[in-house]
Amino acid sequence: MRTKRSRLLLLMTVLAMVLAACGGGDGGEATDSTGTTAGDSENTTTTADSGTDTTEVEPTEEPVTIEWWHIQNNDPGLSLWQAVADEFMAEHPNVTIDITVQENEAFKQALQTSLQAGDVPDIFQSWGGGGLREQVDAGLVMDITDAAAEFDSEFNGAAASMMEIDERMYGVPFDLGIVGVWYNKALFEEAGIDGPPATWDEMLEDVQTLKDAGITPISLAAGDKWPAMFWYGYMALRIAGADVMQQAGIDENFNDPAFVQAGEELQRLIDLDPFQPGYLATPWDGPDGAAAVLANSEAAMLLMGHWAPGTMSANGPDLAADDNLGWFIFPEVEGGAGAATDAFGGGNGFAVGKDAPPEALEFLEYLSSVDVASRVGSEANLLPTTVGSEGSITDPNLVDVISARGEAGYVQLYLDQAYPPEVGAAVNDSIVTLFSGDGVPQDVVDAVNASWE
Amino acid sequence: MTATRIATPSPTRRGAARKWPIILALLAPALILYVVFVIFPIGQAFRYSLFDWNGLQPLTDFVGTENFAQAFEDPVFRGALTHNGIIVALTLLLQLPFALFLAVLLDQDLRGRSLMRLLFFAPYVLSEVVTAVVWRQIFRPDGLLDASVSAVAGEPFQGLWIANPDIVLYSVFFVVSWKYFGFHMILMLAGLQQIPDDLEEAAAIDGANWWQTFRHITVPLLGPTVRVSIFLAIIGSLQLFDLVWVMTGGGPVNASNTMATYLIDWAFRRFQFGYASAVSVIIFVLSLVVAIAYQRWALSRDLDGALTVRGA
Repeated sequence: MRTKRSRLLLLMTVLAMVLAACGGGDGGEATDSTGTTAGDSENTTTTADSGTDTTEVEPTEEPVTIEWWHIQNNDPGLSLWQAVADEFMAEHPNVTIDITVQENEAFKQALQTSLQAGDVPDIFQSWGGGGLREQVDAGLVMDITDAAAEFDSEFNGAAASMMEIDERMYGVPFDLGIVGVWYNKALFEEAGIDGPPATWDEMLEDVQTLKDAGITPISLAAGDKWPAMFWYGYMALRIAGADVMQQAGIDENFNDPAFVQAGEELQRLIDLDPFQPGYLATPWDGPDGAAAVLANSEAAMLLMGHWAPGTMSANGPDLAADDNLGWFIFPEVEGGAGAATDAFGGGNGFAVGKDAPPEALEFLEYLSSVDVASRVGSEANLLPTTVGSEGSITDPNLVDVISARGEAGYVQLYLDQAYPPEVGAAVNDSIVTLFSGDGVPQDVVDAVNASWE
Repeated sequence: MTATRIATPSPTRRGAARKWPIILALLAPALILYVVFVIFPIGQAFRYSLFDWNGLQPLTDFVGTENFAQAFEDPVFRGALTHNGIIVALTLLLQLPFALFLAVLLDQDLRGRSLMRLLFFAPYVLSEVVTAVVWRQIFRPDGLLDASVSAVAGEPFQGLWIANPDIVLYSVFFVVSWKYFGFHMILMLAGLQQIPDDLEEAAAIDGANWWQTFRHITVPLLGPTVRVSIFLAIIGSLQLFDLVWVMTGGGPVNASNTMATYLIDWAFRRFQFGYASAVSVIIFVLSLVVAIAYQRWALSRDLDGALTVRGA
């Protein structure tokens, strides 16, 4: 019988496969992929010439790789960042900037995985606030307060504080916008409304007028939750005022009566049934999104940030091209403690990883320079945060936004960014429940307080 | 007549011992992969579920069973559990009988039966994500479904199939059924074809009508297949995730949440990995209990050497 030999052969085959599997597993990517100096990464040239440097820290002549993760995954932002990186690399031949571009949600997950592995990218997208605070507490980001103070350019105050935690700076802002109401001028005319409402009562009247004219007053993407949070956030800001809003973040509760009042005022709007059909499941983006609803003139108003025109024209006709798109800041609420100029908004910045090389800071200085910031404004549909670059905005609606930003004494960061992610999610969820008619204003406060424990 | 016992060489202890190295060597690759990618993560999930952990800080905040208590106190989780239960119940009451009905129908000699079998099985082949994306567009306000109904009714109609919190769960159930009924149908078809023809012929000769044949011969003999179908349907419904996540995200207002979508929301949106691990442990234990109980009570007569045997 040949069983003995065939058994042996079988055994050896199996063992060989096991060894192959084990061997293949820990070969390959054994290198740490963070851009540390003197790495084994690719470099374009080996000339000893380094570019002009204006910082005190002498960068090494050895090849350096900077890992940069951003989320501007569409043009014009995509090409702009690439151009900026290319220019810097041309000036600093020993530096290679490795760009990883991802879509918003995909980025959040990829970053989380990377951070948990201790693998921090050198420069990465950040929205500041509570998310940044968690990264700071975990010791994953670099304190750049002193380095940033040495930059040639200055940042807008509100923007800088977005990237600050306990008065230390952990990244640079490059975009700060405020939320406002985008409206269809033609539909307003059709309903016989002269101009944007200045007070909340006027707003409610306008909503009723639009409804009577057979026009859906407001487009709302409650399916994505955060657009609903914008309504509540602004209302709370108008009623509570800047100090109470800030204190709520410090005390970690929504116990001030203003928060319940905000829900009650919002209830007046919700009771008018002003939203498009199916608003509870409507997403922001996409052909069936709230942006498309406004672009297709199916609704008259939309409370959204400064990226709205871009998303709208990507999903429907370009209202702005026909001078049909207007913008006004959230109306004043009579009896509220907040100033009519206070703004609710947020922006984008780049946080610096704890292992980043000094060249990364040089790159960020370049990125924050007035020239580049002006290009951010004129080319990328973002609102740059470097003092002196505001004039680069040409779109008339964005000019309104950036001037309102300039007038704002206080900018409240989006509630789901200002607070830790768990609290942010509770805020969003409870507000959508309020909008669905299933909740009462007190529920929002209770849910938020519970999540903060 | 007594049956003679055929003499088989009973394995001697030495012979059995000689087999073990071979057995282990053959099992090794699969066993190693299984331990590393299945057993180890399950163990880790049990471990994390005892902590309050946001994924970035070190694992230090031990909270014991608090995560589990919190889960059962959360109305959203209880709602998710209820939704899973509703889907299981509806699947067993509607989807499986429908699949059986189609299987019996397509077992007849009909023209175009192969084509129909192919068409009914086709949805199973699609990935859950593709299914969810397509049906989301069909269900959206003024989407394909609304437009079709409007065309028939003559006036504009908006069903708010996935925007209305009261009916979204049933829309989800519909899509789940659409996707899986073909699979159960094929399973039952295979079961039907194993029933010997002469039994049915004998029944016909004895004067049984169709219903009596169906009730007394077909259904009992189809038993094992149906029990397998039920088992797969229950476990699948308990773990439903992809379809719901992509089509509705668990909403609106948590109306279509399942335990799995709840878990992912808490893990990757709120970064509460300890709590989410606790929820995953709950799903695991629930599925395990259902699986073992089902094996013991229902499948024991079908599976020789099952984990538990009734009466043993």
